[in-house]
Amino acid sequence: MTIYSESFFAAFNLLATADKDLVEILYLSINVSLLSLALSCFLGLPIGAILAIRQFPMRNLLVGIFNAMMGLPPVVVGLLVYLHLSRSGPFGWLGLLYTPEAMIIAQMILITPIIIALSCQVLEDLNEDYKDFFSSLVVPKRTALVAYIVDARYSLLTVVLAGFGRAISEVGAVIIVGGNIDHLTRVMTTAIALETSKGELELALALGFILLGISLAVNFFAQWLKATAKRRAYV
Amino acid sequence: MAILKLTIITIFGLTAFANAGIAETAILVQSTTSTKNSGLYNHILPIFKHDTGITVNVVAVGTGAAIKNAMNCDGDVLLVHSRKRENNFVAKGYAKRRYDLMYNDYVIVGPVKDPANIVGMNDAVAALKKIANTNSKFASRGDSSGTDSKEKSLWESTGVNQIAHSGHWYRETGSGMGTTLNTAVGMGAYTLSDRASWRTHANKADFKIMVEGDKRLFNPYGVMLIDKTRCPNVNSIAGKAFIDWLISEKGQTTIAAHRFAGKQLFFPNTK
Repeated sequence: MTIYSESFFAAFNLLATADKDLVEILYLSINVSLLSLALSCFLGLPIGAILAIRQFPMRNLLVGIFNAMMGLPPVVVGLLVYLHLSRSGPFGWLGLLYTPEAMIIAQMILITPIIIALSCQVLEDLNEDYKDFFSSLVVPKRTALVAYIVDARYSLLTVVLAGFGRAISEVGAVIIVGGNIDHLTRVMTTAIALETSKGELELALALGFILLGISLAVNFFAQWLKATAKRRAYV
Repeated sequence: MAILKLTIITIFGLTAFANAGIAETAILVQSTTSTKNSGLYNHILPIFKHDTGITVNVVAVGTGAAIKNAMNCDGDVLLVHSRKRENNFVAKGYAKRRYDLMYNDYVIVGPVKDPANIVGMNDAVAALKKIANTNSKFASRGDSSGTDSKEKSLWESTGVNQIAHSGHWYRETGSGMGTTLNTAVGMGAYTLSDRASWRTHANKADFKIMVEGDKRLFNPYGVMLIDKTRCPNVNSIAGKAFIDWLISEKGQTTIAAHRFAGKQLFFPNTK
């Protein structure tokens, strides 16, 4: 399969020469993904925590809904966001369609349920194990939650990584709301879609390798972080 | 409203993208894909920007989707190739008028094996009839693009009800030209493509032009300024400047100068 070696070589070449367009696209990809991830965590982790330790009516229904929303089809989300942000839609006056902000909104809708559902599950499991123990010691729920979060920090890191994976690899939503505009809203995945449609399959695959490289780098960084933290803990 | 907008923009971290479109004038063009994939915009837009300082952002989708987006006021200028629907766009008041911009032509491409034996024909309708009669595979855009409506109108002239064979030898990809060419190449199917997209497509495998030169394969492109009374957000000054430049002598010679492998892709025809 020469296509692999050719694409790999092309990817290496693009990176080695710090291709100006590639740098721009990479920067935007990472920027959009990290911003939507940060905002999703800001929203999703507290909701996940509340769902994990509190019992209230409709709680199970909500958990079920968030679990189901992990499977939201990106094109449908893209379409809904498009319809809302379009000049003829209810939020058209914001002028956000075909901007990076629109892409962040779409990705938040995709990632937040993942963060909520997974963090809820992680913390709920801990709560099941420890809630009797903590209540026997009359530990307030809030203090218990802090203990859970500290205890589950590595699992929660994996939750965040799952959200990042969804954000950086997603194409269906961002191509609709971003429009794949050169030098404005083109990200790695939409660039890959474009090169594929031009029949430039080697270049498309080369960009794919680079995208995979980013995911690997981010995940290795997280692993390293975890290992370092663990080492510190034993000192 | 302004404060809310500001807050929302701040929340979504506009600072990170602050260099995009604040100090400079930018317009949005809703466009067909062929002009983008064939590199026309990469050729003309830097020259236009140099002349006027206006940035042109392009959303390239099929003609059908581009018109729909333009009707939703999501753009300043519409550049497509489907005469009937362009006229309809003007008739409905979305644009004051349509300008002739340029043309090229469509070709039917297919595998060298040529199961329907149509190579060298210059009658597109007769060629499609032969494809149907031999049940040879044909990949259709099926996405209500300009090319798709041209193809549908050619089928209409054959009298063959090709839709009845959809999923058998007639395969609707529901995708853009490039993707449809990839699909056609992948399954050895004939397909209709504009010449610019075909020429610049990199993944041709053993595909060749089978049919060309029929005057029914004429492919004119039109450009329109979206009407400000319909869509108050339209930047009609910058949009008009872009259209004026395109149809000016400078714009027309710039379009004509765009080459791929030494060959001209679009022929200016502003009257």
